[in-house]
Amino acid sequence: MSDPSQRTPGPAAAVKKARLRRRHAAERRFRAYAIGAVAFAAGLLALLVASIGVRAYSGFRQSYLTLPIVIDREIVDPEGTNDPAVLADANYISLVKQALRARFPEITARSEQSALYSIVSVGAADSVKEYVLAHPQDIGRTVSLRLETADSVDALVKGLTDRTLPADDRGISDLEVAWVDDLVASGELRVGFSRTLFTSGDSREPERAGILAALTGSAMTLVVTFLLSFPLGVAAAVYLEEFAPRNRWTALVEVNINNLAAVPSVIFGLLGLAILLNFFGLPRSSPLAGGIVLALMTLPTLIIAARAAIAAVPPSIREAALAVGASDVQVVLHHVVPLALPGILTGSIIGMARALGETAPLLMIGMVAFIVDVPHGFTEAATVLPVQIFIWADSPERGFVARTAAATAVLLFFLVMMNATAVVLRRRFERRW
Amino acid sequence: MHSTALLFALAAIVTASYFGGRSRALAVAGGRLTRLKALPAYHGAYVALATGIPGLLFLIGALMAEPWLLGRLLDPVLPERVRQMASGSQALWMSEVHRYLAGDIAPSVAAPELALYAEKLRTLQRTLTVGIAIGALGVGAAGAVVARRRITVGFAARGRVERVIRALMGVAATVAVLTTVGIVLSLVFETFRFFERVPVGDFLFGLRWSPQTALRADQVGAVGSFGAIPLFAGTLLITAIAMSVAVPLGLLCAVYTSEYAGPRSRAAVKPLLEVLAGVPTVVYGFFAALTVAPALRELGSTLGLDVASESALAAGGVMGIMIIPFISSLSDDVMNAVPQSLRDGAFALGATKSEAIRQIVLPAALPGIAGAILLAISRAIGETMIVVMAAGLAANMTLNPFAAVTTVTVQIVTLLVGDQEFDSAKTLSAFALGLVLFFVTLCLNVAALMIVRRYREQYE
Repeated sequence: MSDPSQRTPGPAAAVKKARLRRRHAAERRFRAYAIGAVAFAAGLLALLVASIGVRAYSGFRQSYLTLPIVIDREIVDPEGTNDPAVLADANYISLVKQALRARFPEITARSEQSALYSIVSVGAADSVKEYVLAHPQDIGRTVSLRLETADSVDALVKGLTDRTLPADDRGISDLEVAWVDDLVASGELRVGFSRTLFTSGDSREPERAGILAALTGSAMTLVVTFLLSFPLGVAAAVYLEEFAPRNRWTALVEVNINNLAAVPSVIFGLLGLAILLNFFGLPRSSPLAGGIVLALMTLPTLIIAARAAIAAVPPSIREAALAVGASDVQVVLHHVVPLALPGILTGSIIGMARALGETAPLLMIGMVAFIVDVPHGFTEAATVLPVQIFIWADSPERGFVARTAAATAVLLFFLVMMNATAVVLRRRFERRW
Repeated sequence: MHSTALLFALAAIVTASYFGGRSRALAVAGGRLTRLKALPAYHGAYVALATGIPGLLFLIGALMAEPWLLGRLLDPVLPERVRQMASGSQALWMSEVHRYLAGDIAPSVAAPELALYAEKLRTLQRTLTVGIAIGALGVGAAGAVVARRRITVGFAARGRVERVIRALMGVAATVAVLTTVGIVLSLVFETFRFFERVPVGDFLFGLRWSPQTALRADQVGAVGSFGAIPLFAGTLLITAIAMSVAVPLGLLCAVYTSEYAGPRSRAAVKPLLEVLAGVPTVVYGFFAALTVAPALRELGSTLGLDVASESALAAGGVMGIMIIPFISSLSDDVMNAVPQSLRDGAFALGATKSEAIRQIVLPAALPGIAGAILLAISRAIGETMIVVMAAGLAANMTLNPFAAVTTVTVQIVTLLVGDQEFDSAKTLSAFALGLVLFFVTLCLNVAALMIVRRYREQYE
């Protein structure tokens, strides 16, 4: 072709140029759409994390009222028995009320006094009880205790309540607002890290509710899941990859595993309910039943991951072992499985992470119970972290929104840790043959 | 925890028999290991297997037979009055018995017949527990003794151990099949019982879903109506919304990662999408109910639209976000599998990159993409927590995305969570819905796998 600059640009060339420009513009647009889609997905993820993170921050914190409490022997233990049973039964609410009256001596009207009592949590008396039970030597003395405030006060102190609203819509009266402001100004009412969240079980009051019971339940359920699914999954993968004869039965097993991996999780809940609970009579809501259901659910994923890891071990390893006289079981157990182990472990950690986040099948087998105490055995009623999130998300009290977000943040933290372990494991031990 | 202690005891005698077998092999070899046909460790393993397998089988069998045996042995002491009761009050009476055993009811206030039954149950349970423990350990020990006797110099322990190991692995592989069989059996069986109460046609083609249980038999609408069409419609509406979010976004993300991104941005974007897939669905549900639904409602009211607080749009939209990574990672794989020569051919003819993608790569990858979309639809239909938390409970038949609809999975969960009588049509209907769900998702998965497989054969 001759040099284009020497040719006079005719109308045809102008059309071509315009068409080229259009095509290039289309190219840029399409590229922008693709980048935009990725940016949009990233933005959504950021929005998700931010919307939970902002609320979780307030969920990890709790406003506490520091009050000097007179632990009156007359009320707690009039006969001086020091017997824990007597101490546990005492009327601690009256101690809290006394302390509040002492702090605001100017309030004498009955109705105003009962409003005053409502600024601390309903569970504040339990905090005093726990203290006295732990420190019986302090009976008769005056101690300074941190008491959880009520949900409405907590929201006000954290700035979540719109002060301009009329008192009826605000959920807290003008009088209470004035007291709270007074206490905040004097430094008696402060927002601090909520230890309750990590040291107690579920409660009807958000300020007393914690995730310890749910975390323990999750850990126990995962232990059952791992103990069942890991050996079964590895054995099945080894069999299918190394020993299984190529026949119809094996083909059926393989198709079946692939399909099972895509069965909705709620169906596994139905299986657990009909077979494990109603047929085999396993205890309802127990980590044992939950762990078995989750094990059956993660098994296909684990088998697929383990098979991939085993298939990645080069045949030369097997041939070398066979050549020096190993039997085929020895080849597999002494060489192939140890070499595939990092890959298998990576797959099973990812499977466990999915099991940790699973909710629906556990709802079916009754793990939605209201669990206050930390479960002690695999057959006791328990709940797990995602189900606790589900229960709290459904609760009407406003304080539970923040608690739910905090529990979600803890769940996400564990998931990130597990996945990070898997990534590190993969990086560290991944071998290129 | 008797069974845990028993398992530990069993593990202890298995360990002991391993060393017993090994030492026996060393003894018969008389210090010359080469005389043995198998290594001492294999003799040990042989004896350990002969201990553990029978012991464990006995334990499992006995634990499964225990409730039945207890029922048979206690039958004579069961008061005639209780025998005549309806199943519900019988269960109530049994729970009284268990509260008595747990010490929640003082012996002084309990009815004498209940106390008698409970005490008998307690002694029987104790005897059975001890019996099972002795039985399991005894069977194991007997196995150990027999196996240990068989050890001689020429005994081929390794071959036997390896045969058992292979067999155990084969059994492990069938667990997945047994799971499927269990799912199908439980669903079909309960669905059959449901169809004894409600005709199949009413369920599959009925237009009204209100599964209330009646308080009185003569109440209006006492039977409840089980027409599942509104649920199917709601599921389809939410799935359609989810797919209209996920398909374009997922495909464009796949186009970016497979065609435009360099190795470094690819290494950044792919994990980002994987994170989206790793977020638990309960978190998405919380996000939908807490952030998205109120925002949509507010937006709707400023635009003059009436958006329900549990709108299909909120649930479907968030579900769409969750589905993006499924579509993008599968599509990314199939687009990467399109041979580079096809792209090079397009470039050689002067195509721009987007023209090559749209006219060459995407059509070539279409079967794989279709498979990915089918898998994503199956995922969306079976997704539970997002809709349970963000979609409604009322079974409306509507195509309006701003209205509240309910789905099959929401109904399964609400029907089965909380107190339930296992015989009512209400509870059983959840299994019928489960069977429909299982069947539909299975068909979609099989179709998707077939399409993907057929496509793969073209280029390999």
